[in-house]
Amino acid sequence: MPEQHTAEDRTDPRQEVAAFLRERREQIAQRWADAAVFRTVFTVSRDEAVEAGRAVVEALAAVAASGRIEDLEADGFAVVREQLARTAHARARAGATTGQISAEMEALRPPVTELLLDELSGAPADHVRECTTVLAVLMGTLRLVMLETTTVAGQDLINRQRLEMLEIATPVIKLWEGIVAVPLIGTLDSARSQVVMETLLDAIVEQHARIAILDITGVPTVDSLVAQHLMKTVAAARLMGAECIVSGIRPAIAQTIVHLGIDLSSILTRASLADALAYALQQQGAHIVPSSGPVVEPR
Amino acid sequence: MTGEAAPPPDGYVPVLRLGGILLVTLQGDLYDSTAERLRQDIGRTVSDDAVTGVVIDLSGVEIVDSFMGRVLSDIAAMTRLLAAQTVVAGMRPAVAITLVELGLTLPGLRTALSTEEAMNLLGAEVANLPRTAGARRERP
Repeated sequence: MPEQHTAEDRTDPRQEVAAFLRERREQIAQRWADAAVFRTVFTVSRDEAVEAGRAVVEALAAVAASGRIEDLEADGFAVVREQLARTAHARARAGATTGQISAEMEALRPPVTELLLDELSGAPADHVRECTTVLAVLMGTLRLVMLETTTVAGQDLINRQRLEMLEIATPVIKLWEGIVAVPLIGTLDSARSQVVMETLLDAIVEQHARIAILDITGVPTVDSLVAQHLMKTVAAARLMGAECIVSGIRPAIAQTIVHLGIDLSSILTRASLADALAYALQQQGAHIVPSSGPVVEPR
Repeated sequence: MTGEAAPPPDGYVPVLRLGGILLVTLQGDLYDSTAERLRQDIGRTVSDDAVTGVVIDLSGVEIVDSFMGRVLSDIAAMTRLLAAQTVVAGMRPAVAITLVELGLTLPGLRTALSTEEAMNLLGAEVANLPRTAGARRERP
């Protein structure tokens, strides 16, 4: 709203600050280019840093002009949000903590305040105080916007990684013709066990597997819920015509299962993946024979 | 499925006899009337024709409910009374998951990956009559 620049507007500290930011944006951008937050991100050329600083100053001027200096969702910020996110991301990648980023944003305020005080040198004290307050609030809001984008970016990353982990952590391995195995690693929750069940059943169809081995060596704890998930998977595999073996139950886990009174008697279990494989091979009619000597009978 | 608006008036599932084994292929929805007729057909054929095994092929079934689960276990129980084995073959993953989530793990029912394997299973079973139904699941 540059056309509303009348003398009357100037009495409103917010409009005053907006006009000041707009007029002095080159100077401010030049000063900001040397501040840590811009200098460390735009390392290639100083012009780039000045350009980025100018964009932020313009956004601040727009927000001040709209009067919503405390509003994180003010339209003015929308323009620079992506740029701020990139900056925050780059700083975070360089190892800066949220606190450090916040401090670096705070460091942007003194140079602007200095310029503002220069600008208002002849004005009444009340007016000067109001204007500096508006600027301080505005810079605080900018800082919050920056931190918000940092956390949102972090949350997005976490969500994406969680999804990836769901898929990565459940590989179905073909051990032999008609034998597949799933080495389970990490805690089994409902969502993961659902993925395990689906990928295992699909693999049974695809590989035409008559035996599926669920290896829980990498599962740190087994409670009644995990046991229930295992039993469901075993039951579903059985319905499809495959036999399911659970292997890798450590003594401590076996003890826990007994203590909890979970009945796993309907499930075929083996101590280790090797035992399960030996049993599976035997079921398939294959025997493990050393190059010389007798047949090794599986336990 | 009870009271379905328009059940197929004369829907029925073909029951094929291959030697001593009955082959039943289910496809799509199974309505009350069709299921009832299938049960009767299987019962009559098993007792009349000295059938030793029944193979129910489910590879064409994509949607399953508790009714279907009950029909399957009913048929299995009935054929067992008539001294024949029932094997369910080719169940799809989605169907298996649904049945398990419904709590219908069909414990008395034998299963196989495909019709061919079901036939083999019954063939071997017929050759070794003294073995019991649970023999395959016994630990060595």
